[in-house]
Amino acid sequence: MTKVVKTLTFPKLLLEHAKAIPKRPAYREKYLGIWQVTSWEDNLKEIKQLACGLASLGFKRGMNLAIIGDNRPKLYQAMVAAQCLGGIPVPLYQDAVAAEMIHVLNDAAISFAIVEDQEQVDKLLEIKDQAPVLSTIIYEDPKGLNDYVQSYLHSYKQIQLLGKTFSDEHPEFFITELEKGKATDLSVILYTSGTTGKPKGVAHTHQNFIRAGQNSSQFDHLNSEDNILAYLPMAWVGDHLFSFAQAMVSGLTVNCPESKETVMSDMREIGPSYYFAPPRIFESLLTQVTIRMEDAGTIKRKLFELAMEHAKKVGSDILDGKPIGLIDRLQYAFYNLTIYAPLRNALGMSKIRVAYTAGEAIGPDLFRFYRSIGVNLKQFYGQTETCAYVCLQPDGQVKYDSVGIAAPGIEIKLADTGEVLVKGVSVMDGYYQRPDATAESIDADGFFHTGDAGIIDKDGHLRIIDRAKDVGKMANGKLFAPKYIENKLKFFPFVKEAVVFGDAKEAIMTFINIDFEAIANWAERRHIAFAGYIDLASKPEVYKMIGECINKVNVDLADDPMLSHAQISRFLVLHKELDPDDDELTRTRKVRRGFIAEKYAPLLDALYSGKSEQFIETKVKFEDGRDGSISATVRIQDASTAMESV
Amino acid sequence: MSININPSSNTVLQLANISLSFGGVKALTNISFDVREHEIRSIIGPNGAGKSSMLNVINGVYHPQAGDIYFRGEKRKQMNPAEAARQGIARTFQNIALFKGMTVLDNIMTGRNTQMKSGFISNAIWVGKARNEEELNRHKVEEVIDFLEIQHIRKTPVGKLPYGLQKRVELARALAAEPSLLLLDEPMAGMNVEEKQDMCRFILEVNQQYGVTIVLIEHDMGVVMDISDRVVVLDYGKKIGDGLPDEVKNNPEVISAYLGTNH
Repeated sequence: MTKVVKTLTFPKLLLEHAKAIPKRPAYREKYLGIWQVTSWEDNLKEIKQLACGLASLGFKRGMNLAIIGDNRPKLYQAMVAAQCLGGIPVPLYQDAVAAEMIHVLNDAAISFAIVEDQEQVDKLLEIKDQAPVLSTIIYEDPKGLNDYVQSYLHSYKQIQLLGKTFSDEHPEFFITELEKGKATDLSVILYTSGTTGKPKGVAHTHQNFIRAGQNSSQFDHLNSEDNILAYLPMAWVGDHLFSFAQAMVSGLTVNCPESKETVMSDMREIGPSYYFAPPRIFESLLTQVTIRMEDAGTIKRKLFELAMEHAKKVGSDILDGKPIGLIDRLQYAFYNLTIYAPLRNALGMSKIRVAYTAGEAIGPDLFRFYRSIGVNLKQFYGQTETCAYVCLQPDGQVKYDSVGIAAPGIEIKLADTGEVLVKGVSVMDGYYQRPDATAESIDADGFFHTGDAGIIDKDGHLRIIDRAKDVGKMANGKLFAPKYIENKLKFFPFVKEAVVFGDAKEAIMTFINIDFEAIANWAERRHIAFAGYIDLASKPEVYKMIGECINKVNVDLADDPMLSHAQISRFLVLHKELDPDDDELTRTRKVRRGFIAEKYAPLLDALYSGKSEQFIETKVKFEDGRDGSISATVRIQDASTAMESV
Repeated sequence: MSININPSSNTVLQLANISLSFGGVKALTNISFDVREHEIRSIIGPNGAGKSSMLNVINGVYHPQAGDIYFRGEKRKQMNPAEAARQGIARTFQNIALFKGMTVLDNIMTGRNTQMKSGFISNAIWVGKARNEEELNRHKVEEVIDFLEIQHIRKTPVGKLPYGLQKRVELARALAAEPSLLLLDEPMAGMNVEEKQDMCRFILEVNQQYGVTIVLIEHDMGVVMDISDRVVVLDYGKKIGDGLPDEVKNNPEVISAYLGTNH
């Protein structure tokens, strides 16, 4: 496989599929209530017409083509069309506001843009003055665009008609241009989200993505019979790997939902065999199931509970192919027939062979739930700079808290600081026209610095613990990874936020923010009377319950040879909810540890000085903008630490 | 009062000296106005002004005691709702008249009713003509669903939907009939700002893209003045103003009717 890679490009893969599996569906798109199919054969035809049309308008080798819109077959085709001509597709986030697009359009010197609909056209028209190079806008859906008179606006159909004429006049043009493409040419520029500074363009070659696609397809045995649902932004590297690179490599079918609102019902109709979703989607699906089961009749609910209990016991092991007793197996088979299979069906997961999640930490219970009912949910790890292809969890070796082993063709190692370094087939050549930024992130040995801190365990599994810059050292020089512990705490439904302190200290302390709704509900069922948030937060029962959660986390940490020293010694439950309005959280709800430490200094001092309670007065901003203050005496409690198991 | 009736070539609907009363109650007194091809014509007025009665006269639910209606040049004393529907007049209602237990899709399909020609038997066993016809009609309905962006509720029973969406479904059913004249009775009543914006966009697009003539009753003056080509103002069953939105806005009689100083 590797020898052909040297010359292979995505357009050449297209030719191969059009020849080998001409009738297999390349794309399905639900339109007018019906799944409309584009076969590989037709896919080639469409792409050829579009490419020739673009060429007749002056799109040339080396130019960049902006692509903006929801996941539509025509936009995926536009990517290949650009590549056929030696151009580079640049997908943009479709929900970005117009002003946010200016930087990318100028940075990549975009003169051609293919967009989905009126909404995107309007955005581009709004900023056209500030993107001077932009000269041609092509739209797919003409709805609402009849009255637009701009001469540089064209419909996708128009361009394809132009292309047809052009290719009739120049019959050899398309194939000649396509053959000129080299594996080392750039195949796509994906922009980073730019949380720090302006977004940087990550330039990948055909070779990068084709190898990442090939290796990962082999890893999970993807083939042309597989189906994937394409519903995450096209500008996101994960979608580019799953719905574009892997699809182009393995010939699987990409299914595009009808609209954002119909994703779940479209998923049930298609029944994908290969699926990706971020943890929050898996979580909301589980919540829906739970709520519906609470409304179900007694018998059904009882049966469901029994089935879930059994699934918890043996489900994951059965999926991993571990030896399980006959009785348990039979029982599982019975529940599979009555509960698990119908449940998977209701979730649209009947046919799933491989499902992935990534992006943030996934709670162990959530993760195990899906695995236990027979959904092969796994995690992977990667970033834009590495084609989202660094680590994968192999079948049968799934550990909920790791992101898997180094993927085929990838080498990972840890820097002295704990930072994860990556080298291999999928690492980018560099940032687009930013040699300075490239030099900062790729070292002389070719290792890409991810900025994530991790641990590699004895089986070679990588565990991501935090952003490298947030990881510190405790007074005794041992590793301190606050976010790792905070995440463990937040997996408990009663814990809304947790803030862990311990950098350069002897012991680890934590502030807990309770989830008011969950705990209020819990308290009501136990007939615990409370007056409000502050009162509830200071209840001894709540402290006891939170204390138990912390003990569990400590037991968990004790099991971990690398982090067993980092158990929580003491904790308190904060008297007020951490709030972005009070600058305690960022707008994306990440805790601002430094700010909180300063603001609640008396509480932190009390934790470390061994006091059992502390009075504090805090300024708060009410929702109507007024300032006020609340005060409380916060109780402080010791946590019981677990013995180190090793 | 004599009215100058010279239906210009692009007049779709001409109402001449219409009077309607229920027993002693005079709902409409001697009302005349016209509707031109491809325009958005609004009827406004305070509560009880006779707006809905006017609409009911146009599509034949009420039969006026006096006056004539000219539809596409043809004079008639009164309309008949079924006849009106066949001739391309579709409408929505002030207090939504959908089949609450049926899905959105089925509700919109009923809008195709006038286009269905196949017989009862062939429909019952679903063969031949009935089958092709259903496919064709379903295709038209799907176009409307796409146009009004209601794909996500296609299979949802109407009764479960929020009010704003029900209004949109009702518009969809009216559009499914492929009307040439669309009567909208308070399409934006009870909607929030965002829903109103959506509805305005749809009304304008129906008007511009499909060239459908629209007669609209609406309470929201901002909306009326924004999207109408011409406005008729009724008060206590009488016409007190007629013209371009700006003219009507500055008409002293209209202002007093709305502010209630004269009554």
